[in-house]
Amino acid sequence: MNEMTVKIIVAVCYVILAPILGGLLDGIGRKISARMQRRVGPPILQPFHDLGKLLHKDPIHVAPSQNFLMMSYLFFVILTGGMIFLGMDLLMSMFILSTAVMFLYFAATVTGSPYSTIGATRELLQMVAYEPCVLLTCVGFYIVRGSFETAEIINGDISPIAYLPGIFVAFIFILTIKMRKSPFDISTSHHPNQEIVRGITSEIGAKNFAVFTLAEWYETVFLMGMVALFIVNKNPISIPVAIVVAFLVYFLELLIDNCSARMKADKMIKLSWMVTIIAAGANLLALIYIFK
Amino acid sequence: MLDYAVPFLICFPFLISLFLLCSGKSKIGNSIARIGAVVIFVASVAFFVARGIQFGFGTVKELYVNTEIADYVILAGEVLLVLVVTFLCFKYKKYWISLLSIIPTAAIIIVEETAAKENIAHIFIDRLAMLMVLLVGAIGSLIIIYAVGYMEGYHNHHKEVQDRRNYFLALLFMFMGAMFGFVTCASLTWLIFFWECTSVCSFLLIGYTRSEEAVNNSFRALWMNLLGGVALVSGVIYFHNLFGTFSARGILDTIQMIGPYASQMFGITLYIPVALIAFAALTKSAQMPFSTWLLGAMVAPTPSSTLLHSATMVKAGIYILIRLAPLMQGNPVGMFVALIGAFTFLSTSFMAISQSDAKKVLAMSTISNLGLMVACAGIGTPETVWACVFLMLFHAVSKSMLFQVVGATENSLHSRDVEDFHGLLYILPKHAMFLFIGITGMFLAPFGMLISKWSALKGMTDDKHALIVMIIVFGSALTSFYWGKIMGKLIAHPHKKKEVKDVTHVGEYVSFWIHMITMVLMVVFFPVISSFYVDPTVGNVEMIGSTANIAAIPQSTLYILVGMLLLVFLIPLVMYFSGKGEESTQKLAYMGGINTGKNNGFVDSFGEEKYLWMTNYYYEKMLSVERLMKPCQFIATIIILVIACLLCGSWIGGMLG
Repeated sequence: MNEMTVKIIVAVCYVILAPILGGLLDGIGRKISARMQRRVGPPILQPFHDLGKLLHKDPIHVAPSQNFLMMSYLFFVILTGGMIFLGMDLLMSMFILSTAVMFLYFAATVTGSPYSTIGATRELLQMVAYEPCVLLTCVGFYIVRGSFETAEIINGDISPIAYLPGIFVAFIFILTIKMRKSPFDISTSHHPNQEIVRGITSEIGAKNFAVFTLAEWYETVFLMGMVALFIVNKNPISIPVAIVVAFLVYFLELLIDNCSARMKADKMIKLSWMVTIIAAGANLLALIYIFK
Repeated sequence: MLDYAVPFLICFPFLISLFLLCSGKSKIGNSIARIGAVVIFVASVAFFVARGIQFGFGTVKELYVNTEIADYVILAGEVLLVLVVTFLCFKYKKYWISLLSIIPTAAIIIVEETAAKENIAHIFIDRLAMLMVLLVGAIGSLIIIYAVGYMEGYHNHHKEVQDRRNYFLALLFMFMGAMFGFVTCASLTWLIFFWECTSVCSFLLIGYTRSEEAVNNSFRALWMNLLGGVALVSGVIYFHNLFGTFSARGILDTIQMIGPYASQMFGITLYIPVALIAFAALTKSAQMPFSTWLLGAMVAPTPSSTLLHSATMVKAGIYILIRLAPLMQGNPVGMFVALIGAFTFLSTSFMAISQSDAKKVLAMSTISNLGLMVACAGIGTPETVWACVFLMLFHAVSKSMLFQVVGATENSLHSRDVEDFHGLLYILPKHAMFLFIGITGMFLAPFGMLISKWSALKGMTDDKHALIVMIIVFGSALTSFYWGKIMGKLIAHPHKKKEVKDVTHVGEYVSFWIHMITMVLMVVFFPVISSFYVDPTVGNVEMIGSTANIAAIPQSTLYILVGMLLLVFLIPLVMYFSGKGEESTQKLAYMGGINTGKNNGFVDSFGEEKYLWMTNYYYEKMLSVERLMKPCQFIATIIILVIACLLCGSWIGGMLG
């Protein structure tokens, strides 16, 4: 089997398995959240039933261009994840991710709905909050492994986290923002009937909402993949360890989500930049000037 | 034949501008300008292609060793510039500024006349020069074609401004001539003349309307640029003292020849002229603390800002820095230059957020992008210089298009406030489309800014500039924000419907289309441009005379990246056409109250219809220019003073011991 075939198999597996994994994570997340709130909670497969139901509804839109913008958003998210799992350039994949987010943003602003416009603008603010740290994470991997390619990054003798503890902390912090979890559910607001209704998704319904959900699942999977990148090295044992760590991180996100209230947007930016500068920045300085 | 192309490109614009100056108020000016622009466009593109075919792309050519007559013309030009500046300074009672022109010119003339005669080439063409010729020629002439149409509309609206449009067009041509000279000349004395020429042209352009604000801003631009000129002249004289020649090539060759011993032989003395010339480049590229002149340049009619911001003026500074890059790599001068650039990138990105005037956003983003280029050039490794060249190319095309479209939109909409662009896609669809694509070119995939940023981050990390990397990533996040919110405005559902008449000239549309096609072609031919023109330029480096050909970015990586980025074109297109036939029901947006049915208003609790009004986030209290500019200038001045003190200190130390 040559390299190309392996790559194609990986790509197909990723496209098929990632949403299943993402949906399961979502289901488990809902269950755990419910237990944290002393509810029974929905069955673990509930997200799939929801998705099926959304897909069976008649397609609706507020602005016609929404449909193709949402589909483009989904495809760019899949592309981002694909680049990561196929061992391609991490930094470029993150640039593509920001392009993807812009499509979501466009899909929300074309509607002219006040709530979705506010949500969309706040999504941009969230991007301002997390992007520096995401880019620094890529730079951190690059310094440790000498390449932006994930295929190279996972091939080290020692797990990157040994060199990147500060960047890891900052990355976990901004993960909450990236996954739009409370206290940083600034652009979506988890519970309807709040001041921005459902923010950026207010006017995204039926099939488009199914597309959005799918994109979120893909996103969760490759973000967890990025968490795993911190752990994986040449040694095969590191792979199960990485999976456990990714699960723990996901659990942590749920915990934070359940015990915090939404924050103001500008406070979010200040906080996340502070964490990025202090944790990731110090880590970067140490890496460049001391280790190498 | 091709040997005459360069002098033609330099002299022809000057001739046209003389014609225009003589033609007074007559209507013939418009036709002369159009014809002149087309000739320059064709000539520069043809020169680029023909030279590539005839000599291969890599040939370096040195021309014109005996130039006695031309030397006298240049000398006369220098004196003329001083006279113009002095006259205007006395007319507007800004006496001290004239000193900034008189002293350096006198100094360079004295040094030149007392120095031994040398036989050096005066014109020098390599890949970078060719790229610059193409950039200046193509973009510049499009701007002039646009300007002819624009000035028509401008003088219909602004009756208070005296109609001197032939003078205006003449200045634009003069500017182009000076730029052609600037990027092709190898003699440092000529370089100084063309440098001063662009300074004075921009000064006259900014002051075109002669309003009080215009006069003040133009004099600010003048003194800042002349200050840079003083630094440039001092740097050149210093180089002449060290190496005994005015040939830029000669100096770089010598440094290359001694190679690693250069720092031992010259030590700190080599840094001083480099720092002086880099300082001049910083003023020209409007870096902090000198950013205010470029912002003030907004008072002039749009074509002049377009010319200043995209293809000419500010790119002259970047061009000089790219030439200097090998001398700045890995030494304190380069580090401080990079620091100033990075700082400018971050601070003006902040300020751009608070702007709602579209032209001001564009201006801020120009300065900010120039900051990124300066940072790249200052670090000076092949990867960052590669990034710098591409940033320059892509920025020039996108920014030129953006300025032109904003100008045209303003002429039709009578406003250039981004808030009034709300729903522009439904009001002036073509303008909105061009704006949208232009902005995409500034920060989104698939356009080259991203690959350049990628390469810049890689190069900076390789060269261990942790601080600069930090600054760049924060600035880059802000960039997405201020562009993103404008794009959202353009495509939003319009507020109350208003009728707008599109008064845009056909010529202007032609210019937009050419820009757009160029942008797309540049993405498609990215790897080709890179391997033929940019790689050899930066791969240790024609600037130092070696012919080594090192690819800054491996071709395979490039192809993968470009392939990925092309998907960005394809996916939305495919999605658009595949989704066309799909049945989908339109619903009304949720408004809290009852939607009036037009998606732009709701019925309030008293049963009255209310129109919806949405605005962007600006954070004006926190990020306004008034609040941030002074502190930022202060910080940047301190950075410059620190490096100046370092250099002076070691210089004096060297003299004593």
